[in-house]
Amino acid sequence: MIQLKHVSQVFNGRQGRVHALENINLEVERNEFVTLVGRSGCGKSTMLRMVAGLLQPTSGTITVAGEPVTKPRRDVSFMFQRPALLPWRTVLENVLLPVEILRLEKAPHLRRAHELLELVGLTGFEKRLPHELSGGMQQRVSLCRSLIQNPNVLLMDEPFSALDALTREELSVELQRIRMEQATTIIFVTHSIEEAVLLADRVVVLSARPGRLRKVVPVDIPRPRTLGHNAHADRVTEVSAELHELLMPAPMGDIA
Amino acid sequence: MTAEPLGQHRRTPAGIRLRDRITNWGLPLLGIVAIIALWWLATVVFSIEKYLLPSPVDVIYAFAGQAGFLMEQSWVTLVETVQGFVLSIVVGVPIAVLIASSRLIERTINPLLLMVNAVPKIAIAPILVVWMGFGQLPKVVMVFLLCFFPIVISTAAGLRSTPAELVELVHSLNASKVQAFFKVRFPYALAQVFVGLKVAISLAVIGAVIAEFVGADAGLGFVIVQSGASADTPLAFAAMTLLGLISIVLFYGLAALEKRLLPWAEEHR
Ligand SMILES: Nc1ncnc2c1ncn2[C@@H]1O[C@H](COP(=O)(O)OP(=O)(O)OP(=O)(O)O)[C@@H](O)[C@H]1O
Ligand SMILES: [Mg+2]
Repeated sequence: MIQLKHVSQVFNGRQGRVHALENINLEVERNEFVTLVGRSGCGKSTMLRMVAGLLQPTSGTITVAGEPVTKPRRDVSFMFQRPALLPWRTVLENVLLPVEILRLEKAPHLRRAHELLELVGLTGFEKRLPHELSGGMQQRVSLCRSLIQNPNVLLMDEPFSALDALTREELSVELQRIRMEQATTIIFVTHSIEEAVLLADRVVVLSARPGRLRKVVPVDIPRPRTLGHNAHADRVTEVSAELHELLMPAPMGDIA
Repeated sequence: MTAEPLGQHRRTPAGIRLRDRITNWGLPLLGIVAIIALWWLATVVFSIEKYLLPSPVDVIYAFAGQAGFLMEQSWVTLVETVQGFVLSIVVGVPIAVLIASSRLIERTINPLLLMVNAVPKIAIAPILVVWMGFGQLPKVVMVFLLCFFPIVISTAAGLRSTPAELVELVHSLNASKVQAFFKVRFPYALAQVFVGLKVAISLAVIGAVIAEFVGADAGLGFVIVQSGASADTPLAFAAMTLLGLISIVLFYGLAALEKRLLPWAEEHR
């Protein structure tokens, strides 16, 4: 579904050139859930923005559904770290924004909007304005908005990182449920190892500047997964530990 | 999953509403009453001559004596003010849109705007009369000249202040420039536009009066000039009070409109 071939990105910043990403090769299967982890500044957002068509790679090619990405596609939607809701629009109107901009059919999408809002527990809040909602609720609205166009690909840049731990876990579980109901290919950027393991079919680990593909870790734990007690706790711990080692700088020597 | 309990801020107990009313209306009213009382006291205690400083009672008598005439003149000034104000919106907002749309246009227009704005308006007033006569037109133009600048500046600033995440959202949906403008950038700018409108409306009444001072046969400014010539200070005060009232009514009208149109903007204040 998504293919990155020899993708590099070099920014010409004020402080000189920044090699944000170097020679990334990655293939994401249809309906696969890939999480992207790496230290801050290693180019995760940059990679996502390139896949979204918001930014052109300096070299290399990116294809989605076999077509090279040159501009944002209507079957790819982006969810941001911040809710990015329009403050003068109600919850429902915010969810329907892509429908208006992409000029999709009204009636079926209105029905879909109500379904999605129900799925994230926001029934009864359709007429509210964003400033009347909590941060977690706002991010749920944002999630609904990114799903309204029924995208084939969903790109999520640390969507839950501004939320408290419990809300975050709740939303992670909801996201899995929504994906079971509506098959979607997802690339999900996160700083949280737990979240990466909980959600992913595969975890992609990027090394620090310049961002290179460090390792791809498959997560073969049955779904639905939760962070509470479950039969696969050992396996979760194992994968988490592996990721932790990949992300932390090597210790300078044995402390003990 | 259960959502958080319903947000409860729509429920406003009568007590809180009453307190809001008092702070919204009572305090400003109290201020006005106190000033008038002081004014009155001063005229009585120091027994100041009527033609120097009339007492509030004198002013009321002056008003009551020519109520019909004064209301007519108020109407003239009000119409000039509103016409000039509306004209400056109609002209100013599109210019602001142009300025915000490209740095090149901004660099071309900005020095011009600054120059026009730097000219002392009182100095132009007589010239306007020479050009346009004693009718309403020079007054409307004067109001326009005063209101135009703050409206352009605030609207352009508002159009440029679209948050980065909303710009990114619009891009990710591949929206056209027109869609981005009408669905996101302009509504977002409205809060700032209103800041400019409020500044402008306070200047608008002043503009109308300046123009009437220089050459007019009607309007409250004309009344003030006339009563000054005949040392009828209470009448001048009555006219000034009416000017103040017009200013206040227009300003609060605008504030009320803003509250209606942009209930969300209150959060940012
Ligand atoms: N528009 C830009 N111009 C110049 N440099 C940029 C630009 N965007 C990103 N960078 C640089 O590219 C590198 C990668 O940035 P990016 O935002 O992709 O990191 P990230 O992995 O998402 O970090 P974080 O985890 O903190 O969000 C950083 O060093 C950043 O400074
Ligand atoms: Mg980032």
